[in-house]
Amino acid sequence: MRYLPLTDAEREEMRKVIGVSEVKELFSCIPSGKCHFPLGQLPAALSEPELVAAFKELAGKNAFSGRLSFLGAGAYDHFIPEVVSYLSGKGEFLTPYTPYQPEVSQGSLQAIFEYQTMMAMLTGLDVANASLYDGATAAAEAVLLAVRRSGRSRVLLASTLHPEYAAVIRTYVQNLPIELRTVAVEEESGRVDGGDLRSRLDDSVAAFVFQSPNFLGVVEDGGSIAAAVHERKAYAVQVVAEAMSLAYLASPGECGVDMAVGEAQSFGLSLGFGGPYLGFMAVREEFMRQIPGRLVGQTRDLDGKRGYVLTLSTREQHIKREKATSNICSNEAWCALRAGMYLAVMGKAGLARAARACHLNAAYFVRSAAGMKNIRVVYARNFYNEVLIEVKKGSAAGLAAALKKKGILAGVPLSWFEAGRKDRLLLAFSEVHDRAAIDRLLAAIGEAS
Amino acid sequence: MNTLPKLIFELSREGKVGCGLNEADVPAEPAIDAALLRGTPADLPQVSEVEIVRHYMALAKLNYSVDAGFYPLGSCTMKYNPKINEKLAAADDLQAHPYAPHDLVQGNLEIMARLEEWLVKLTGLAGFTLAPAAGAHGEFTGMLIVRKHLQEKGDARKVVLIPDSAHGTNPASAHFAGYEVKEIPSNSRGIIGLEDLRAHLTPDVAALMMTNPNTLGIFESDIAAIAEALHANGSLLYMDGANLNALLGVVRPGDLGVDVMHLNLHKTFATPHGGGGPGSGPVGVAARLLPHLPVPRIRKKGDTFEVVYDDPRSIGRVKNFYGQFLVMVRALAYLMALGRENVMRVAEDAVLNANYIRKRLEGKLDLPYKAPTLHEVVFSDDGLPVKTLDIAKRLLDFGFHPFTIYFPLIVHGAMMIEPTESESKETLDEFVAVMEVILGEARENPDLLRQAPTRTPVRRLDETLAARKPVLRWRKGGDT
Repeated sequence: MRYLPLTDAEREEMRKVIGVSEVKELFSCIPSGKCHFPLGQLPAALSEPELVAAFKELAGKNAFSGRLSFLGAGAYDHFIPEVVSYLSGKGEFLTPYTPYQPEVSQGSLQAIFEYQTMMAMLTGLDVANASLYDGATAAAEAVLLAVRRSGRSRVLLASTLHPEYAAVIRTYVQNLPIELRTVAVEEESGRVDGGDLRSRLDDSVAAFVFQSPNFLGVVEDGGSIAAAVHERKAYAVQVVAEAMSLAYLASPGECGVDMAVGEAQSFGLSLGFGGPYLGFMAVREEFMRQIPGRLVGQTRDLDGKRGYVLTLSTREQHIKREKATSNICSNEAWCALRAGMYLAVMGKAGLARAARACHLNAAYFVRSAAGMKNIRVVYARNFYNEVLIEVKKGSAAGLAAALKKKGILAGVPLSWFEAGRKDRLLLAFSEVHDRAAIDRLLAAIGEAS
Repeated sequence: MNTLPKLIFELSREGKVGCGLNEADVPAEPAIDAALLRGTPADLPQVSEVEIVRHYMALAKLNYSVDAGFYPLGSCTMKYNPKINEKLAAADDLQAHPYAPHDLVQGNLEIMARLEEWLVKLTGLAGFTLAPAAGAHGEFTGMLIVRKHLQEKGDARKVVLIPDSAHGTNPASAHFAGYEVKEIPSNSRGIIGLEDLRAHLTPDVAALMMTNPNTLGIFESDIAAIAEALHANGSLLYMDGANLNALLGVVRPGDLGVDVMHLNLHKTFATPHGGGGPGSGPVGVAARLLPHLPVPRIRKKGDTFEVVYDDPRSIGRVKNFYGQFLVMVRALAYLMALGRENVMRVAEDAVLNANYIRKRLEGKLDLPYKAPTLHEVVFSDDGLPVKTLDIAKRLLDFGFHPFTIYFPLIVHGAMMIEPTESESKETLDEFVAVMEVILGEARENPDLLRQAPTRTPVRRLDETLAARKPVLRWRKGGDT
């Protein structure tokens, strides 16, 4: 077998050194009565060409390729410069373990240090960690951090949080002494209902978790939210499901938010049917020693040379065991490395340009859709790159199905999610779209009536 | 060797461009209040494409990797990552949006269903969720399943038993699932003894979390009796599958009485570690626990794969979308390449390699637990004039990545060596020869080891300084 380098002669020689005549003897510690492994039920080994053919056949059963897509809702199609794939695919980045031996891991460590810096810059906060699994689990970790730090037990969640993020938070806290409450949306603006938020804030509230841009596509007034939350000495936690927005909108730090968590898949990771993606967490300095996940820090070697190590590990499970700030061990290091590469390639001007293009494309759609008879844009201002439309007749799923026939994946019907409205469709725009693509979408919607 | 690469920010020059994107071709008419916009752009680096390539190439040279050489990190299973799997996972036709309509992603759903089928057959468990993102995430998911099951029976219970040899994620995962952790000692043979377990088996015990083979590389030979004792007490047996590599094709955890277990696709199933992640930690369960698996679940109806999003008895959702899909693709490709002919050979070669190293180093290093070992062996630094850390650092000078050090905690100065099946006899012989040289140096010139490494891009780094005055990001004009 091509992945196994031992020859039969070597195996025999090694058995002799060990002092066994058969390899089975090395497994004699396993009760033999339990060893009935039905190997015959497994498929036969494939040669490399057979493997390629088998996956070609599997991939051939997919039929999404070549369609014009406006799907978003937490996973976004952005252009990935080839340099990112080329560099991140190198075995030196892909095949090391966690950098436990910093002397031979400076490449990974420095790259993650650079990534942490870029995420801190983008979020406008002091410290970003080395990654968490994804946006949803990062949001759940933020809830745990806020509770731990404040000593309070109630957490308010905006109803406009991505439904899967809210679901993951509920799963995470289901056995912990943490109470979740939902803050209503103001239907007219699509934003957090400030009155409802204020009425629910009291001295038992650890944090208010809101998403901006929110799940309806609307950009929240983070400054007012943070101010209201801070009045009751709670923490403001902003979830960012579309990291690209960080380069266009006022940063969480500028708004006075305490923690920003979310999904950075937009930074150079392919859609990949949902993973692996990149959870990020950035916080104000006061949380630094309680943040979950790994951190890379700068230090000096014996000769005084600058170098990098994993640091503040007394927060972590391998030291603190059940008293750790999180159980996380493996994270999304390679995805973070890739995001760092992407942000380096895009650079200061390039990222800002791409981020602006996402909004301008969405704005063009909204303006152009203003006169359409069969749909209504629900929030026609203060969105970022996602637009919620209401289908006047029939269902959003019906409209999506009609457009699918024309080769367009028009958006995600909110009915995909539990309790989502049947007449609403969420569309996402990015720099991969151009005017012609959006015009084609508009025409197809018009014809669908 | 003497100059480390600058930080990407230090390469930045006003006006340099690394990407070739155009401005949008729609009118530049925003529809958003100016107050909501960013004041100044983030101060990301401005570097040209060629300089970016050279920067990362310079960083790549500073890394050790499985592609570069032997990586005997115990309990991490650093096996070779087949190159074809990277290409297969990068195929355009797999990169669907996770909310693409199901009829357009039947191939992707089938990939997940096929992987689940393989895992069921390899473990003898009834079903798997592929949602968890990593091993620890799988442990947490598994403990939530345990709790849900017990809750439905009317008593969630309070305590989870964990042996002192366990990985730190076990107690942390149990804690976040709402359990109190009680540690049970390993016996003189390095395993959990049935009598020790019985002494701890009170009515409030929800489960035992057992790693098998354990972190000493020793098979928990009482496992079947332990499972029976647990079940008689109404408790469950959780198995940490970090070390499943030793058992592939040999024995199925489901046949040993295991109720819940997680696997690590980034260990046993050859997906690359990526410098710390992404991993994937599928969780398998016995039939009676199937209803509690997290959503979404993939089901086949006729010829079509469907996705079930809500199930009232499920623990809920643990991750967004479907999990680490592209990691699953690589794992399935690995298994399809192995096939029934080679699955067992993996375990056999892994165990043969570990026992060969054990035999060659036994007598030269202290072996605190003499019981037969499977895929890894743990020595201690007892009787040596230097510490484990010094030996590890000296290995770096000889071009080898060290073994896992100071774990498991029950061994003084632990050196935990897991060669995996990926290594040739020549590599193992070279490693042993280097270890012999280093042990000779330890006796004759221990200071050489304490100063090691000297041939690496940097020497020992001051971790105390890093933790005392944390510098976790670059700042313009800051300390460099």
